[in-house]
Amino acid sequence: MTAYIRGVAILSPQKTFGDQGFPDDIVVHSGHGFMKCIEPAYRDFIDPMAARRMSRIVKMGVSSALKCLRDSDVPMPDAIITGTGLGCLDDTEKFLASIFSNKEKLLNPTPFIQSTHNTVAGAIALAIKCHGYNATYTQRGFSFESALEDALLQLDENQSKNILVGGFDEITETSYSLTSRLGLWKNHMVDGTKLYEYNTRGSLPGEGAAFFMLGGSAIPGNSVRIRMLKLFYEADGIDDINERINRYLTEDGIDPGSIDLIMLGFSGDNRTDHYYYHLMSGIFNDKPVTGFKHLCGEYDTSASFALWYAWHIIRNQKVMVQLLKENPLGEKINSVLIYNHLRGKYHSLYLLERC
Amino acid sequence: MPKVFVTGIGIISAIGSDAESVRNSLRNKHSGIGKISLIDTIYKDEIPAGEIKATNDQLYELAGINRKSFLTRTALLAIIAAKQAVVHAGLSGKSLADAAVISGTTVGGMDRTEVFFKEYLKNRSKGKIREVAGHDCGDSTERIADYLGISGFISTINTACSSSANAIMLAARLIKQGKIKRALAGGADSLTKFTLNGFNSLMILDRQQCRPFDENRNGLNLGEGSAFLLLESEEITGNKKILAEVRGYGNTCDAYHQTASSPEGHGAYLAMQQALEVARLNPSEIDYINTHGTGTKNNDLSEGIAIQRLFDSGIPRCSSTKSFTGHTLGAAGAIEAVISILALQDQCIYPNLNFTERMHELNFSPSSEYIPDASLQHIMSNSFGFGGNNSSLIISIN
Repeated sequence: MTAYIRGVAILSPQKTFGDQGFPDDIVVHSGHGFMKCIEPAYRDFIDPMAARRMSRIVKMGVSSALKCLRDSDVPMPDAIITGTGLGCLDDTEKFLASIFSNKEKLLNPTPFIQSTHNTVAGAIALAIKCHGYNATYTQRGFSFESALEDALLQLDENQSKNILVGGFDEITETSYSLTSRLGLWKNHMVDGTKLYEYNTRGSLPGEGAAFFMLGGSAIPGNSVRIRMLKLFYEADGIDDINERINRYLTEDGIDPGSIDLIMLGFSGDNRTDHYYYHLMSGIFNDKPVTGFKHLCGEYDTSASFALWYAWHIIRNQKVMVQLLKENPLGEKINSVLIYNHLRGKYHSLYLLERC
Repeated sequence: MPKVFVTGIGIISAIGSDAESVRNSLRNKHSGIGKISLIDTIYKDEIPAGEIKATNDQLYELAGINRKSFLTRTALLAIIAAKQAVVHAGLSGKSLADAAVISGTTVGGMDRTEVFFKEYLKNRSKGKIREVAGHDCGDSTERIADYLGISGFISTINTACSSSANAIMLAARLIKQGKIKRALAGGADSLTKFTLNGFNSLMILDRQQCRPFDENRNGLNLGEGSAFLLLESEEITGNKKILAEVRGYGNTCDAYHQTASSPEGHGAYLAMQQALEVARLNPSEIDYINTHGTGTKNNDLSEGIAIQRLFDSGIPRCSSTKSFTGHTLGAAGAIEAVISILALQDQCIYPNLNFTERMHELNFSPSSEYIPDASLQHIMSNSFGFGGNNSSLIISIN
């Protein structure tokens, strides 16, 4: 199924929410720690009384979803589908801590209620009174991808639908400290512009909330479509990845020669970036290649940032980073192939193109 | 579009660690709800729950897995049920490799996280970090896939208490559209201090055995468990024994309140109606409803009104088997789908325990006795969750 992108909205560590300055004004991460989202004035989207009870990730998710609805001029979608790797962490931590500090007595239920992963999708539905299909996926590096897969399936079932699909993840001080102990992040100072040059263990953590309105047919003025989505869990080394990418492209009748830009999920982690380097000097050897995690950091649903960024490039014809592979860009960038993997285990391949 | 057939089932819950023992408990009215013995909580003697009376060490043994694998209780339960479903369907090795695994869970590996947090909160550098590595909901699904050697599409749904009903629904939709041929679909959740205290803080845990659809009901009992269905496209089942067909499904959002259901059960009504549409059945063709029936004031009223509105003149027999298993949260939809399949096989209706007085607002009562000679072809199974996530499945035999 081909899905047409009718609208987008994204909160990220960059100035991406509306006309805030991306891509001319890039926020460069430097130092220790993680990349945090630039947050908008939530009162423009959420009633302040309701916002007071919401955690940061719920506000981030709901406001980007509502902005996406507004900008795509679809007030009532037929389905709301979200993906999140870790859900509403802050409220989970809060409730867990209160169990121990209050010795299980007189606990405030609000953080418990808002700790489940479907809080955001439920709150969006509640805000617009949408009784349609509603689902939330959570599978590490397939969290956003599963939501998108479901959205494409919805369009296969009924082409006339409008599907709101989004991915979000937050990072908190606690989750950062725990995932640091698990060895996921770089333990040295990081200059974001050099993220891909360190050749050290670990990546740069990030977060974000991105929503897309997808429809089954093209409408004038909104001319970017998702031509392909392929997921594979576990791969048997670089040869297998190579073979699969070739096979998937062939299966969908896509000539690799016709792709204008390759976007790879380099995270700066030397334990898993070699997959990308192999592709860059292998099947994509003659292609211009760019990355995206220096802009948004690494997180379970980071491919939602990539999808948005590819859409943005096709619409605005601006690649605002140094190319990782300096093959010349064509006159027009009409198609972008994204390949991303999470820690070498969850692999996803997307093709976006102007139509 | 191809039909979606069930060729294997697996289940572990407070009333048994396989389909046969669950069936016997249901027939003999043996509830699994009782005193909590495995969780470290001040409510041990006060709040009953449907706990599986096996330590994690015993579950490792039951699953045939080395303890060094370091699994959460949720993952252990999930692997035990998933393996049963696969064996039941007579599948192994290569025939499984490209299957999908789609699971539902609400708190994933919280059972280990809360053990970790106790130490961690005292000192931020303490606690065994391995304990939280399986915290996320995707962990148990990944563990099933890795254990069974599956490398097809894997995913997890968390729509609170309707999670595994939605997992079954997604698998069925993927099979119908020809995207996949075979899937393990179900869910798992273990009992945790987190959920026990969460539902307790909402003041919806009954201090006695829960009484679904009773005028004097006073809340739910939590439970734990896992169930999986092996679903196959009719294109590949050949002469294999078909246990049932996933014939209909509906997913809607109540969009009324973060936790409470609308008084008229709008979302529930729409989900059941959609499931009937997909199944191409009239309400009168449903022979039995395995209700969500948690035993809370709010759910049973809202669900009851929705059933009354949709089924109008002829309300099918119905019961809540949560009075046996407790509310197993993310696993509930799959556990109740398996129970529905057992009911279809045995042509019987399992009772709704602890029922004495009809709710004043309703004109029907649940079946409170085991009915061995029911004639059943189509069963509806409801699962409703926080966030307004309502789902309904229709499971049939020919």
